[in-house]
Amino acid sequence: MFLTYLRRELRRRARQAVVIALGLALGVGLVVTVTAASAGVQSAQSQVLHSLYGVGTDITVTQSPAPGSGGFGGFRFGLRHPGSQPAAGSRVSVNRLSTGTYAPVAAADVAAIARLPAVAGASGALLLSDIRLSFTVPGGGGGPGGQGSFRPPVTFSIAGVGLAGDLGPLPSGTITSGRTLARADAKADVAVVDSGYAAQNKISVGSAIAVGSASGRTTRFTVIGIVREPSGSATDVFIPLARAQALAGLAGKVNMIYVAAGSASGIGRVRREISSLLPKATVTTAASLASQVTGSLASAASLASSLGRWLAAAVLAAAFALACLLTVAAVARRVREFGTLKALGWRSRRIVGQVMGEALVLGLTGGAAGAALGYGGAALIRLLAPPLTATLGQASGSAAPGGARFLPGGHSGGPPGGARGPGGPLRGLATAPTVTVHMTAPVTLTVLAAAIALAVAGGLIAGGFGGWRAARLRPAAALAKVG
Amino acid sequence: MYKLTEVTKVYRGRGTQRVTALAGVSLTIGDGEWLAVQGPTGHGKTTLLQLLGGLDRPTSGSVEFNGRDLAGLREGEIAAVRARSFGFVFQTFNLIPTLSAAENVEAALVPLGLPAARRRERARAAVAGVGLRDRLDHLPSELSGGQQQRVAIARALAKEPSVLLADEPTGNLDEDTRDEIISLLQGLWAERGLTLVLVTHDSQVARRAQRIAVLRQGLLKISAEPPGEPQSPPGGSAAPVRT
Repeated sequence: MFLTYLRRELRRRARQAVVIALGLALGVGLVVTVTAASAGVQSAQSQVLHSLYGVGTDITVTQSPAPGSGGFGGFRFGLRHPGSQPAAGSRVSVNRLSTGTYAPVAAADVAAIARLPAVAGASGALLLSDIRLSFTVPGGGGGPGGQGSFRPPVTFSIAGVGLAGDLGPLPSGTITSGRTLARADAKADVAVVDSGYAAQNKISVGSAIAVGSASGRTTRFTVIGIVREPSGSATDVFIPLARAQALAGLAGKVNMIYVAAGSASGIGRVRREISSLLPKATVTTAASLASQVTGSLASAASLASSLGRWLAAAVLAAAFALACLLTVAAVARRVREFGTLKALGWRSRRIVGQVMGEALVLGLTGGAAGAALGYGGAALIRLLAPPLTATLGQASGSAAPGGARFLPGGHSGGPPGGARGPGGPLRGLATAPTVTVHMTAPVTLTVLAAAIALAVAGGLIAGGFGGWRAARLRPAAALAKVG
Repeated sequence: MYKLTEVTKVYRGRGTQRVTALAGVSLTIGDGEWLAVQGPTGHGKTTLLQLLGGLDRPTSGSVEFNGRDLAGLREGEIAAVRARSFGFVFQTFNLIPTLSAAENVEAALVPLGLPAARRRERARAAVAGVGLRDRLDHLPSELSGGQQQRVAIARALAKEPSVLLADEPTGNLDEDTRDEIISLLQGLWAERGLTLVLVTHDSQVARRAQRIAVLRQGLLKISAEPPGEPQSPPGGSAAPVRT
């Protein structure tokens, strides 16, 4: 009887039922779409940040150099014979490593951070810039060469990376040729090269690249792998940390620490603990970095989080209100019917149950339709949304992972793959990196289930209002109503 | 069966307006009696019927049914009494428009807690019992007025109540159908020995009852036995005449 009565009643007021279900569907569909868009934007932001941070890194720790220590690590020419002057017309070539704007910190700090309770893992890296300068010593009389010649410096970024764990820039990439660095390579002169840099400089597995040192001497490294780094990564060459420390004369030092928190909710606590452990360090999280992101990605994030959410909430509230009004109106039209049922001995709760059942069916129908609408809306976003760009602004003291762009000759990231020339000219502080990401709008089962639950709640709220009205009916008054 | 003692019902209108539908009505109705309640429109007949059926509460006084004051019962208790003991027949039939004839009767059996199959069987038998075997699955909109009232009567009697309360059951019917319905009610009353309280403004209908009560301006007056042979049910006795 319950289902028969329910089915027949909904069929009788089919138009009204469709309006209620449609209203709920629209509200719920919008919520699903906006949630998917927000998730897509967050995913894009994570993608941007991961391309800079490396997957798994929640926090980076750096330290600004002491005032007066030299922004570029005290770049000096190391001559073969100190005190002697190269002969006029002779060719001088110097290949130096520089730490740039990050001051070295003890590698022991990495272990100290790793021992913090809320930290899942920590890894240190030494971010360097290799600057090769060659020129002909001017001097002598006039004529060709007499005035000397100076070739623009050739630079590329180097990251000395730890070989344990999966934090840092190298694990974020995909090896496309050869292999990655292994623990056994800790003291070897081997390197993994970024695919964009390799393509532009015609480097392949087995090639040899020259890496400078603090003293200006050159060491030849064998390329054992080519890695495709996420868009925005600024490292050209990866070598073992111990070798980078030895070449840069910074034994036991790193200048970038990557930290993974135990949980997303623990990032704030980890940040505070690190700041307490290393008071002079600059501790940067994804959240603080995200606030510096500009570009169409930031606009999309703002749109999804503010306008999108408010719009979805407003439409949903309107749908709930409409469902309530129509349900109460339907109950009002059935006053005599409910009065008759009470006269037949139906208790109020049975009548309320009937009204709630009808509202529940409408809620389920609206929810299912809304979930489908939302899924379609998200699919449209995936199909039609243009690629989004994100440019990371440069805040004082903030650490952008990769770091090389803050070093002389650092790469800006630029379009996917990086616009690297065969050794760029000296650029000084590079421009902020711009990353391009494609918008996704993922719809998870959890979101769909929550959306349907939302519509059901809306239906039950409407049914509650209608049922309350039905329960309050006095049979005599109800029967006195003219149908 | 029924004992009404100084029952008053006052309706509140807008502001300070008051309408006294019943003014100190005292009445006794015996088991198996057929009482007709007559009177002009708006003089309290339907109000009296609603009080007898527990559909409303008096402003003062008591309405006792088998020794229990209906006004003192809680919602669940009064609903149970209506479900088992009272059958209603309304002037406008009051069938549920979305349910078929058999399903309308079944709706009256739902509160009894019968198994669905048995409920369905009893409902169909009740509809067949009023001569509508071939209309079991028809909606009210597919039935004539007389047929709808027959379904309403079947619905009222399917639960085998001890009291049948009919409020102008022929008010919306033509003369021929009116006679048909009254004859049906009379036959069922005689056959089942139930107590029948029938509100009507039609004197011809009222004359068929054992007793006639007249309501005017909320005041009740019991008339003498109607002219013609006493209409006593087989084995029953006429209820005492009281004012």
